[in-house]
Amino acid sequence: MRTLLRCLCVALSLLGGVAHALTPAQTLAIAAGDNDARLVALNAAAAAGGDARLAGFVQALLDGEVKVAGDKVYLVQNDKATIAATGEPATAPEDAEDVTNNNRMRGALDAVLSTLRLFSPDLSVRRAAIVDLGKATLEEGRLPLIDKALAAETDPQLRDNLGRMRAAILISASDRAIRLAAARELGSSSQSTVAGLLAERLGAGGETDPEVRAALQQSLEAVRGRLAWGERLGVVFTGVSLGSVLLLVALGLAITYGLMGVINMAHGELMMIGAYTTYVVQNLFRTYAPGAFDAYILVAIPAAFMVAALVGAVLERGVIRFLYGRPLETLLTTWGISLVLQQAVRSIFGAQNVPVENPGWLSGGVQAMSNLVLPYNRIAIIAFAMLVLGGVALLIARTRLGLFVRGVTQNRRMAACVGVDTARIDMVAFAFGAGIAGLAGCALSQIGNVGPDLGQSYIVDSFLVVVVGGVGQLAGTVVAALGLGVLNKFLEGLSGAVLAKIMVLVFIVIFIQRKPSGLFAMKGRSAEA
Amino acid sequence: MKRRFALKAACAALAASGFVSLSALAADTIKVGVLHSLSGTMAISETVLKDTVMMTVDEINAKGGVLGKKLEVVVVDPASNWPLFAEKAKQLLTQDKVAVVFGCWTSVSRKSVLPVFEENNGLLFYPVQYEGEELSKNVFYTGAAPNQQAIPAVEYLMSKDGGSAKRFVLLGTDYVYPRTTNKILRSFLHSKGIKDEDIIEEYTPFGHSDYQTIIGKIKKFAGEGKKTAVVSTINGDSNVPFYKELGNQGLKATDVPVVAFSVGEEELRGVDTKPLVGHLAAWNYFQSIKNPTNTAFIKAWADYAKAKGIAGHKDKALTNDPMEATYIGIHMWKQAVEKAKTTDVDKVIAAMAGQTYKAPGGFTSTMDAKNHHLHKPVFIGEIKSDGQFNVVWKTPGPVKAQPWSPFIPENKGKKDEPVIAARK
Repeated sequence: MRTLLRCLCVALSLLGGVAHALTPAQTLAIAAGDNDARLVALNAAAAAGGDARLAGFVQALLDGEVKVAGDKVYLVQNDKATIAATGEPATAPEDAEDVTNNNRMRGALDAVLSTLRLFSPDLSVRRAAIVDLGKATLEEGRLPLIDKALAAETDPQLRDNLGRMRAAILISASDRAIRLAAARELGSSSQSTVAGLLAERLGAGGETDPEVRAALQQSLEAVRGRLAWGERLGVVFTGVSLGSVLLLVALGLAITYGLMGVINMAHGELMMIGAYTTYVVQNLFRTYAPGAFDAYILVAIPAAFMVAALVGAVLERGVIRFLYGRPLETLLTTWGISLVLQQAVRSIFGAQNVPVENPGWLSGGVQAMSNLVLPYNRIAIIAFAMLVLGGVALLIARTRLGLFVRGVTQNRRMAACVGVDTARIDMVAFAFGAGIAGLAGCALSQIGNVGPDLGQSYIVDSFLVVVVGGVGQLAGTVVAALGLGVLNKFLEGLSGAVLAKIMVLVFIVIFIQRKPSGLFAMKGRSAEA
Repeated sequence: MKRRFALKAACAALAASGFVSLSALAADTIKVGVLHSLSGTMAISETVLKDTVMMTVDEINAKGGVLGKKLEVVVVDPASNWPLFAEKAKQLLTQDKVAVVFGCWTSVSRKSVLPVFEENNGLLFYPVQYEGEELSKNVFYTGAAPNQQAIPAVEYLMSKDGGSAKRFVLLGTDYVYPRTTNKILRSFLHSKGIKDEDIIEEYTPFGHSDYQTIIGKIKKFAGEGKKTAVVSTINGDSNVPFYKELGNQGLKATDVPVVAFSVGEEELRGVDTKPLVGHLAAWNYFQSIKNPTNTAFIKAWADYAKAKGIAGHKDKALTNDPMEATYIGIHMWKQAVEKAKTTDVDKVIAAMAGQTYKAPGGFTSTMDAKNHHLHKPVFIGEIKSDGQFNVVWKTPGPVKAQPWSPFIPENKGKKDEPVIAARK
């Protein structure tokens, strides 16, 4: 940011002669006093073309680095104070007060900064400035600067954008012909703010001329048509994102319940263990390797898998192996175990949620369309779910261990007869399923809260996915997870989160009644075994 | 830590059930109950209030207690489970025989314990802003009523400095407080000439963690023209995923400001607040308010948190509005007991009227002579990048609470004081 500013300052000083010097009186008027008066002073300074210092001063205001004492305005950066208007070193008095900006001030400051950046020699800086400006509602006073930028701009795409921006200001001009041209030009926009502006002009107290109204209407429809695509894609994306979360939480269960037939009510708690492992790894990184903090998640993923798998192995050896073939006892026992695990975590970490921070590269998102932002953490979880799915599918279908697992679950005695160590396979398969649950927990820690009852909110969902998909079918689990995710998000858009949840549950009840064995029913002799 | 409370509570229960050797010891103390969720979805907000009561009691005991007796705290954990609140309240009143209870956060928990307090003639101090529409003789409401928080906040959003909002998204958790507050706000907005098509209401279940659709909907609504603002009454730990999603989707406060009524310094602890700068909260207190009383309050809390090793606060002590309200509540109760010279509930209630206390918020809060609510100032703050709030608007002085909102037509003619039914 700072280097960017510096090159900007240089650029502005190169522009030379036209720039007006920033005076101490101006800085005071911008920094102190009534918000209305501050805005007037700010816009006057910006309209004058801007001094090289203005951009730096505005940025400092946004960063909260400006102090006022009496009639002096200071920039305080890295514990060094300078006079804002001139840049001479100074010492700010003890009682200097921070300049506070509310949203209205900050919006105006942002707009001024972006307008100044329109003259940057760097194309990407100009492009970013135009994107920022496109979001704000512009004032008429900004018109000369935009005209100037338009005259200087060489990039055709940016010229188009600037032209639209100009039109957005001119849409309320007094000359009918100008308004008409502006209304037509705005039709090529894909910004939601433009749609808002057009709708406002069409509303009461806006445009009265019938021809301009028609042009406005036409442009509005064109813009809305473009925006509708963003919305549709948004529903699909959020649905896939929820589906990938469901897939992650259900994959482990697809192995332990689907393949092995163990009704594991402690599945959610294995996820919780994965999430707490992530938390512990995060804390270790913060304490011992703060520089590499952003990489903690890469260590947390295998750690979560190992810890959850270990707990799973202990569970299988200690409890579950005595209960094979007795579903009711397994259900009750594993439910008891889930309570024990929850209480254990409460005793160790406390009953409150623990904070798991996203690494820096998982914060924020990519602007796919003007009204569609895809957050990085959601994208990462979709990719992660696909990777885990690929891993599980390969392991079950292609490896010797997978072969044994399939063999043992289909016909235990026959597998034992041909020399498979069925007890060991049971343990490994259960531990593997538990490990996948741990991975799911690690992923969940990036989007939700981590607390002792994290597992409970997902256990029902994960069983639903496996049952709807068809017990014992990996493909069914995938289809069910994505299907339920998209369905849920689609309904949520129509009727709100509370009703959507109910409707999905009703749908599942009806579905299970119609197709008790799920989407992909097991066929063949093994189904009856 | 918790085990010790449990032991204490167990001892207290034993004492109450009549062990002769212990009852002598118990007589020298006055018991106060704490009824806050220490686990479950509300623990994020309520745990710290339990610690605030402990701190304030320590402070009072160090100065000689009340009526020459030491205060003894009985802590129970209703675990964000509403029916359990009623059960635990009954236990506090009938088994532990506490003189007063400090507790509850969500209105649904308060509604759940209300019959217990009225039946057993107990005394509850409720420290959180709420929707009004209630006035019980047995409850003192030290948080804000809608006219002390929600209405001024929406008025601010409609003002020039607040961004002249013309459309509103009313977003909340699905229970009585958000529903009632939004009903009041809708009617208030109608009175300001805002039509139904410019208002949408959205609710999510407790503990909801996937806010993608809702944020998408807000964006779409905001893109339909006119300046839009969001009024959030989301409660509990759902706020963390909500604000995370808000930041990740790049919805800036300069485009669509979000004003929250249940989000303070504590709820934002685990959130990266840099993308959230400028979003708002309305409260009657902020940690960032500068005055000597507040400095002393923050210091007392920081010292206490360090001494007791309270998770999070021992490294970074945060105070918030409900903590302040709890703090005021205990002190006022102490003053009332001293005035009444007894802990008898009816006499203390009578003595509460008109009590004053110099609050950390920088004003002297007064208990209304009749309506069991405090006169409090209103502050509106914008989130700063360090998770603190920057006060951008405040009332000139304390505001009298209106528990029966004038914006609900059925409230016409309701009396501004508890109706006392004839007791059996």
